[in-house]
Amino acid sequence: MSEQVDLNAILDRHPRRPESLLQVLREVQEAAGGIPPGVDAEIAAALNVPLARVRGVAGFYSFLSLEPSGHYRVLFSDNITDRMLGNQELMQAMCGKLWLEPGRTSEDGLASVDFTSCTGMCDQGPAILVNGWAIPRMDGGRVDQVAELVLAQRPLAEWPRELFLVEDNVRRADVLLGHGLQPGDALRAAVARGADHQVEDAANSRSWREANVAAAQGPLATLEEIKRSNLRGRGGAGFTTGFKWEACRNAQGKGRYVVCNADEGEPGTFKDRVLLNSHADLVFEGMTVCAYVIGASQGFLYLRGEYRHLLEPLRETLARRRAVGLLGKSILGQAGFDFDIEIHLGAGAYVCGEESALIESLEGKRGIPRNRPPYPVSHGYLQQPTTVNNVETFCAAALIAVQGGDWYRAIGTAKSAGTKLLSVSGDCARPGIYEYPFGTPVRQVLEDCGAERTLAVQISGPSGICISADEFDRRIAFEDLPTAGAFMVFDNSRDMFEVARNFAQFFAHESCGFCTPCRVGTSMQKEIMDKIARGQGTKYDLDQLGQLDRVLQAASHCGLGHGACNPVLDTLKRFRPAYERRLKALTFQPAFDLDSALAEARRMTGRDDAGAHIRSES
Amino acid sequence: MSDTFTLDGDEIPFESGQTVMQAALAAGHYVPHLCYHPEFRPHGSCKVCTVKVNGRFATSCTLPAQAGLNVESNIDEVNAIRRTLVQMLFAEGNHFCPTCEKSGNCVLQALGYDLGVMTAGFRHLFPDRPVDASHPDILLDFNRCILCELCVRASCEVDGKCVFALAGRGITKHLIVNSESGRLVDTEVDLADKALSVCPVGVILVKRKGFAVPIGERRYDQSPISAQALADAPREPAAPAGRPCSSCEEGS
Amino acid sequence: MSKLRVATTSLAGCFGCHTSFLDIDERLFDLLKLVEFDRTPLTDIKHCGPCDIGIVEGGICNAENVAVLREFRNNCKVLIAIGSCAVTGGLPAQRNHLDLGDCLSEVYLTEPGTSHGLIPNDPELPLPLDKVHPIHEVVKVDYFIPGCPPSGDAIWKFLTDLIAGRTPTLGHGLIKYD
Repeated sequence: MSEQVDLNAILDRHPRRPESLLQVLREVQEAAGGIPPGVDAEIAAALNVPLARVRGVAGFYSFLSLEPSGHYRVLFSDNITDRMLGNQELMQAMCGKLWLEPGRTSEDGLASVDFTSCTGMCDQGPAILVNGWAIPRMDGGRVDQVAELVLAQRPLAEWPRELFLVEDNVRRADVLLGHGLQPGDALRAAVARGADHQVEDAANSRSWREANVAAAQGPLATLEEIKRSNLRGRGGAGFTTGFKWEACRNAQGKGRYVVCNADEGEPGTFKDRVLLNSHADLVFEGMTVCAYVIGASQGFLYLRGEYRHLLEPLRETLARRRAVGLLGKSILGQAGFDFDIEIHLGAGAYVCGEESALIESLEGKRGIPRNRPPYPVSHGYLQQPTTVNNVETFCAAALIAVQGGDWYRAIGTAKSAGTKLLSVSGDCARPGIYEYPFGTPVRQVLEDCGAERTLAVQISGPSGICISADEFDRRIAFEDLPTAGAFMVFDNSRDMFEVARNFAQFFAHESCGFCTPCRVGTSMQKEIMDKIARGQGTKYDLDQLGQLDRVLQAASHCGLGHGACNPVLDTLKRFRPAYERRLKALTFQPAFDLDSALAEARRMTGRDDAGAHIRSES
Repeated sequence: MSDTFTLDGDEIPFESGQTVMQAALAAGHYVPHLCYHPEFRPHGSCKVCTVKVNGRFATSCTLPAQAGLNVESNIDEVNAIRRTLVQMLFAEGNHFCPTCEKSGNCVLQALGYDLGVMTAGFRHLFPDRPVDASHPDILLDFNRCILCELCVRASCEVDGKCVFALAGRGITKHLIVNSESGRLVDTEVDLADKALSVCPVGVILVKRKGFAVPIGERRYDQSPISAQALADAPREPAAPAGRPCSSCEEGS
Repeated sequence: MSKLRVATTSLAGCFGCHTSFLDIDERLFDLLKLVEFDRTPLTDIKHCGPCDIGIVEGGICNAENVAVLREFRNNCKVLIAIGSCAVTGGLPAQRNHLDLGDCLSEVYLTEPGTSHGLIPNDPELPLPLDKVHPIHEVVKVDYFIPGCPPSGDAIWKFLTDLIAGRTPTLGHGLIKYD
């Protein structure tokens, strides 16, 4: 390890509790380029957890490593949109410049170059992370530039700032992106709602606010507006936000928590990055409104590790809000309205976007989805009532606190109120963020973003659905095409088999490994797709893909496994020739090349006669 | 009068707080399972106990029993899924039954027999998993690990030692032990530990005890695992001995 | 009714499954009323002709195994993997976590022996594959009879089911992996 790490300084920034484990490990990784030998044991002792758990957590997250990963760790985002923009070639070029092999740390410990899952820069890819810091818009020139900086061992802090410039690329704004609110507007509106509301339900008075008679009805009145708005969760599942808040508010517990899910890991999604970059006050405002409604005093923003560059700006926003009384004790002068927000950084694990896995991760553990029921609304963070919502959901809630539920539900469709942010990427002239009222047809989005000769659109990422041209009149709405926001466009030059194969690789890499079907099934699916790609596929392989799907759908522990076969099945259904033209035969073919399996023996014996080879059959 | 649900057409009574699995076993009805153990908190990772409940698939060891549920377990559709899951486990690890000390007493093997698993079906992954023979009295053969976490649960909840834990992710997930060297001999493990007696397969073995029971007299030689359901009926939770810890296990 | 033609072979196996096959004892006479043997170690026929049933013991560890297995698959309407080695790779597959080159070096070059410091390279010797495979990873296999070896009773039950046109099922006591 090239750098010494001041562990005590890191430990001093965190409570010495097991829940701090992931944050401490992340900071050690950042400071030392890995968890140095022996430091794991010191962390275990300091936080009072078994050493094996420290290693278990370190081994779970992609961005943590118990082996040195180089003074400079370069990770190429490997979403299909990055591939379409040439990330594979750029990665090879980078490895060439740095004289190293992909995935291997150089002998001198200087650098390593590898792939990582989508880093949320699809509108400005191909993107990389250098020691966790995002650099978008990679091209040959930038590869040279980064390689030279690495070889010159320039500290990251001295690298040219323009390398790290991330664009918002907002292409269409509606009520949310054009909100025009000032910090505190939504909170003031929420508190004010109490004043002109009659006392209606004494049974609900367990929340601390109701002890304050003057503002007794603010939370209930605001909850009423959220319910009236028909706001549904923007993370994809679409649970009704008002019911979630109400259930959490009514759940018994020693304390309640508000958690903002900013672990935007679904490949092709990047709208939360833009909200956090340019509308952070609105996000925190929505969280604080939620805290006001449910009676929480602690909130967490779980920020995906790929958005490391947003950490300090977000902390500054939080500090500003504290300074003007929008966070902390007695918010807006309301006695008892105490609430603050802490930012937790993820460390490279897609599954943590699942709300119960996210809570496990917040508690400093491996991000494994919990058994449910019980649900987080009653047994969340530290087993206490917890509301987990998407970044965009909190933003919408803040709007509703100001404008009211009726105003909001008038936007969109009957079953899908409001607007939706789409992260548009892939084959189109103007990739970026588009905000539309629900009910907008796919065709409209394609026109607006300048997509031509479109073959397919992947809605809501690999976990979502792939639609073909005859379905472009379908609408973005919970009742038709529900989406967390990803909108990846593929034109007719694209090979949909390779799209599905990229997604199959993604799921195999991101499966948490808890349950048998997903742990083994996603790997088997990836192997079969790789086999077909090598030209060794047969009809039997297609049958086995179907068998895997049945088992993963039926028996997986969480949504990752349930949806892990969707991309393959969707493309098999709509683009079957893309598979069939690759099949070698209708008869069985091995998954490996038999003649290559003799290569080592040929080398050792020096033989090359006919008997030293196996001819391929078919 | 207690509430009931139906399991393959039979009325199963249950008490509040019981899972479908617990109620079924208490009523003498077998539902195939692997990571479930009556003395420990249900875990729900192997998914072999998958059943169909009111037409949808669910994990019976973690699903709270409710009045009126229609649970289907012993039907072709469900057994086909269980068969594939057992096949996946055989393909994932290195399961060489002919040389395994646990053969004949192994739950994975017995499930395979009962479900009619004749082949792993999938390509065998043949992972490289070195054994840990460092301890003078205990052998760890990770080749056979199915990641059920029973040893993790027993060591934390009962022994209060947290000797075992899981590391890695996805298909690289694996069992580790709690010592700086990473070797069992340097942990707090003791021959009397509950964790040593709960492995359903042949990972945790007491040395010099192999093949003690002759072939033909081993547990699942005598009758199939499905006929031994009552032996798995709910028992009192194992008593914690040391400092209890429930936070090492996953998804709790 | 004409007799079914049956071929059997042992690849990377120990012939234990064949020995167990003989444990069907006098039922062999009943079987011979229904089948006739093509290539097997019993008949010493060297190559397999068109058959109804092929029974393969042992996994695939070298080039010759591949050739024989393909001969069976190409000539047999129904192919059965018999025994742990054919079904899972079995004991020979326990070398799979080792590098083949390291194995050959260790055996022939590093350790004392009779090879005079040479790795045998006679063209008569089949070259080993880098990994040992169960036979279903190399060809399509129709049925599997696990066991090390499966008992004579299991083999008898399986074959009589198959010959009678029933889906072969073994049931408790006959299905064994050890």
